[in-house]
Amino acid sequence: MKSVRRIWNRIVEFVIEKAIFLAGILSIVFVVLIFVFLLKEGLSLFKEYSPLAFLFGTKWYPISHPPSFGIVPLLLGSVVVTLGSIVIAVPLGVGAAIYVGEVAPVWLREILKATVEFLAAIPSIVLGFIGLVTLVPLVKQVFHLQTGLTAISGSIMLAFMAMPTIVSMMEDALRAVPSSYRYGAIALGATRWQTIWRVMLPAASSGMLAAVMLGIGRVIGETMAVMMITGNAAGIPTSLMQPVRTMTATIAAEMGEAVQGSDHYFSLFAIGIVLFIITFAINLTAAFFINRRSKA
Amino acid sequence: MKLDARLTEKVVFFLLLLATLVIVVPVFLIAGLIVKNGFAALSWEFLTQSPRLGMRAGGIFPAIVGTMYLVFGTAVFALPAGIFAAVYLCEYAKESRLTRIIDVAIVNLAGVPSVVYGLFGLGLFVVFLKFGTSILSGSLTLAIMSLPVIVTASREALNSVPQSFREVSLALGATRWQTISRVVLPNALPGIITGAILAISRAAGETAPILFTVAAFYLPRLPQTLFDQCMALPYHLYVISTQVPNLKPHIQYGTTLVLILMILIMNLTAVFIRAHFRKKKQW
Repeated sequence: MKSVRRIWNRIVEFVIEKAIFLAGILSIVFVVLIFVFLLKEGLSLFKEYSPLAFLFGTKWYPISHPPSFGIVPLLLGSVVVTLGSIVIAVPLGVGAAIYVGEVAPVWLREILKATVEFLAAIPSIVLGFIGLVTLVPLVKQVFHLQTGLTAISGSIMLAFMAMPTIVSMMEDALRAVPSSYRYGAIALGATRWQTIWRVMLPAASSGMLAAVMLGIGRVIGETMAVMMITGNAAGIPTSLMQPVRTMTATIAAEMGEAVQGSDHYFSLFAIGIVLFIITFAINLTAAFFINRRSKA
Repeated sequence: MKLDARLTEKVVFFLLLLATLVIVVPVFLIAGLIVKNGFAALSWEFLTQSPRLGMRAGGIFPAIVGTMYLVFGTAVFALPAGIFAAVYLCEYAKESRLTRIIDVAIVNLAGVPSVVYGLFGLGLFVVFLKFGTSILSGSLTLAIMSLPVIVTASREALNSVPQSFREVSLALGATRWQTISRVVLPNALPGIITGAILAISRAAGETAPILFTVAAFYLPRLPQTLFDQCMALPYHLYVISTQVPNLKPHIQYGTTLVLILMILIMNLTAVFIRAHFRKKKQW
């Protein structure tokens, strides 16, 4: 009786161990599957369309005859909007992270952190809608434009979506600096600001860089809000004050109309490949900075 | 010199406060705007009826139900997979090349843009596996998107269970799985649930992944099976704020408020669970 039970236990143990192992490697499986499926559909475009014309073409006319699938305007659209939002989000984010982590009194710190977390929890579609009814008219009025649906509106909106990531990760990085550094500096007669500027920030720099990278990753992959407020004109952007169209918005906006198995359909997957590779690189870089921090 | 440093500090701290306010004040303004205009739209009719007159009247009931189905579906698929994956990484695997690759995969999965998940869901579930645009395809897509967050949160929870608990259980003759299922997991559960709810509330608000995998513009009746399409709050908000002209804004604000409230309730539940069990914790 006892031995039957022992054998049963061993079988259960064996089966469960295998199941757990399978679950463990599931994330690898999915990363590979995502890439394979993007490749499978995306590369079909290049049976008839030249990859060079895709990567360096400056015209995105997917439904004209003959169609033109040049990704350059979309890539530049993403780059312009992302750069704009990072220029806004990084200084503000660094400032807020230092204030929340080092300066603010405890009661205020909790309120500020909760507010930032709330901002992180707002779905992008909601920020897109709010941006559409508040920010877009404001931008139009302030800059005297014909339309407020411009790259700058997208940048401002995206800056707000990147800030929670930047602020909370940077704050973590600051908190990870050993207290002895701070006490040492203060004991030597430095003011709090001198301590932060000369000691804390350099010590936290790796983590802060990682925060910026992840912020960029978040922004470049953002879809709905961008699609709603950047105006979606697939021309080559020359300034922040004109409508642009990002890669993500193109996929989301056109997949509904694209006929399954058509070149247009495949071209949207091809954009997906480009996006996947870009975010992959950004995340690996961020992970590198984080590892460097934990080793230091 | 000393005075100078003090003055610099004051000025800098003031600037830092300003930067913080630039981030925080708009959040309060947004919340205020949604609450003020949204509550005006809320009514029993709005919550329990279908949209009418091309979304310009009626309620958002099918979208609420659809989002609930998707949340439930996501949880069913993502929870077991995520928790088991974390158990593997914390309790079974030794530090090796494989675990490092898994770590990299998790980090990258977390960074894949939501619209790319949408493409993947379309390619794998809708077309290749022939599930069609359906609740099943949408839930699976959202589940994969939530996976990295659930794994990460579950790992933290498992790691916070003291090693001595495992040692005692094993010393008493329990097998590895008995130790995990009866000692480690129950103690890690509050942390796991908290992380899982946060991940799934994130999925509830996503639009891009459901765009091509499940979301319907308008459905005359509620979905009957896993293979039906459904409406969803985020997609409905997208539709009524960009595709329907001459719509009274109160419907948009009402939809926004309902969506935000659903997410907020989930988040608060998570916070409550965390606080409740932290109090009870004796180690």
